[in-house]
Amino acid sequence: MGIPVTPIQHQPKPVHASKHSGSLFNYTLKRAGQSLITVLIVITVVFLLMRLLPVEGYFGDGYDKLDASQREAVLKSMGLLEPWYMQLKNFYVDLFRGDLGTSIIFRPQIPITEIIGPKIPYSAYFGFAALLMSLSLGLCLGVFQAREKGKWFDRLGTGYVVFINAVPAAVYFLFIQLYATQAFKLPILFNKDKPSSWILPAICMSLGGIAGYAMWIRRFMVDELNKDYIKLARAKGLSNTDVMFKHVLRNAFVPMAQYLPTSLLMTIAGSLYIESLYSIPGMGGLLIDAISRQDNPLVQALVLIYSTIGIFGLFMGDVLMAVIDPRIKLDKKGGAR
Amino acid sequence: MTTKKNIEILENQALFELANYDASESERTGYSDYSYWGSTLKVFLKNKTAVLALILLGVLLSFTFVQPYLPGQRDPNEINLSQETFRQLRNVKPTSEFWFGTNSIGQDLWARIWRGTRTSLMIALLVATWNIVIGVIVGAVWGYVRSLDRVITEVYNVLNNIPTTIIMTLFAYMLRPSISTMVIAMCATGWLPVSRFVRTQVVIIRDREYNLASRCLGTPSTRIITRNVLPYLVSVIMLRFALAVPGAIGSEVFLTYIGLGLPLSTPSLGNLVNEGRQIMMIASMRYQLIFPSVVLSLITISFYVMGNAFSDAADPRNHV
Repeated sequence: MGIPVTPIQHQPKPVHASKHSGSLFNYTLKRAGQSLITVLIVITVVFLLMRLLPVEGYFGDGYDKLDASQREAVLKSMGLLEPWYMQLKNFYVDLFRGDLGTSIIFRPQIPITEIIGPKIPYSAYFGFAALLMSLSLGLCLGVFQAREKGKWFDRLGTGYVVFINAVPAAVYFLFIQLYATQAFKLPILFNKDKPSSWILPAICMSLGGIAGYAMWIRRFMVDELNKDYIKLARAKGLSNTDVMFKHVLRNAFVPMAQYLPTSLLMTIAGSLYIESLYSIPGMGGLLIDAISRQDNPLVQALVLIYSTIGIFGLFMGDVLMAVIDPRIKLDKKGGAR
Repeated sequence: MTTKKNIEILENQALFELANYDASESERTGYSDYSYWGSTLKVFLKNKTAVLALILLGVLLSFTFVQPYLPGQRDPNEINLSQETFRQLRNVKPTSEFWFGTNSIGQDLWARIWRGTRTSLMIALLVATWNIVIGVIVGAVWGYVRSLDRVITEVYNVLNNIPTTIIMTLFAYMLRPSISTMVIAMCATGWLPVSRFVRTQVVIIRDREYNLASRCLGTPSTRIITRNVLPYLVSVIMLRFALAVPGAIGSEVFLTYIGLGLPLSTPSLGNLVNEGRQIMMIASMRYQLIFPSVVLSLITISFYVMGNAFSDAADPRNHV
């Protein structure tokens, strides 16, 4: 899980070449059905992958102390000795009852909803703050870069974008934690009662997003400002600001709309690096912890949540885009964007 | 019937015969002294930053191979002992003897960094090559062959929705940590974004007039893909390749960070940074974090800058 801000790529996503010619409603319904099937397949694949792991992981440190029959008893109590299709069936039956299961290793016998519940708000707060910052600062940076194209401000911004994109996040996060805490006298670790300890993690999380949005909007504007409709708007006598806000930014918002729902929903996934560096009790490292300790129910639940969010986000994005841009048709021509 | 009329009929018939595909005919063009790669190189060399990055990378890469043979170098895994006390020379700050100091068990950081750079670059290049090759092949087929579009799109949706973290972590757990495990884990899904990108590009240009014309003349699909479509994408593919290298180095750092990295006996930039991270709170030992981080950043930034410059240069619209 990097930073929960999906960088915008200026390319259409693979669109399902939908053959029906119908309304937004039909399209929505059909996409919802497809999304549901995808979620089910993803869960099943991950479920089967988890069963490929060696069984030692289920015992923690106690593996060597148990003899064969004890091991078998433990496995049986976890329901792991049944054939895989029975396990899969049980999993789905529980799921339809709304039961995500209980953790078996991470925090034994605790319902998964109870484990995840308190963690989500932390990740969501930080994620949301970071998303807001990346959007506002990123767009501003990009817009000014495009205006100052070729001048020192643009070069500075490009330098920042290159640095953030090229250097692995872990490296600059470390240095920020190391030196920014000293320079600004901020606490090194997160403490929920100390508001000053919230600042750095949120800023760190937004760095990647700022670079992504800035790079994208700069390129968009540089391309767009040469187009005829902008020249017409200028010729009509619109001021620069009006051209910017009424024409360019409004057009820029269309491709962004596709990714915004995903970015927004994915904030609850948290950021692994940030949360472990500042020891924030969020969702960030939970998935990796769960995999490394082979807590199958927890992994399944998390994958279920993440993939549902991911797929649902894309779906929302497509619908949102169709709603705000009247030019986009979701019927036959939809694939030819 | 006269012979003249016969000839006329024959000639007319020739007009209605299929123009069969002829490889040598399709190569024939008017003469021009424009050379694509020559112009690309020329434009690339004009970009000073990119040339600097290229030189830097060349020097770094060749140095990692030359360094072990230089006089007075230590083995990266040798634990250095003091001559007098026979104690381990732990956490020695950079001196004339240990240029980058030593780590917490007395290994020479200078030697480790160069060995690590070599390992990391090797992993990154392998992964990047694999991801680009597979991504381009799958993407080209996905985009060009209409009947497969539906199927591959669905497969993509499934694969793409399994979190990468899960796949990498699973692979790293199922197999012992080693260079090949790491490469496999990173290759497993790394080609997905490339293939989607190539697919989109192919869909955009597959029905351009020149491709339609080619198809009407009976050019085989493979030839259209390799001769008409892919050359158009050279610049973006090269850009993807150049960006895949920093990406792979980042993944290596990530895998090491979550504890699935290479064993310490195989130094890599990932585990050197991670080692440095563990002691970064002690101000006097920070050199152990700073040196590997600087080398790593130089490499990733160079690749990034070079990739961007090359993709600009490879775009014929930028040729004079």
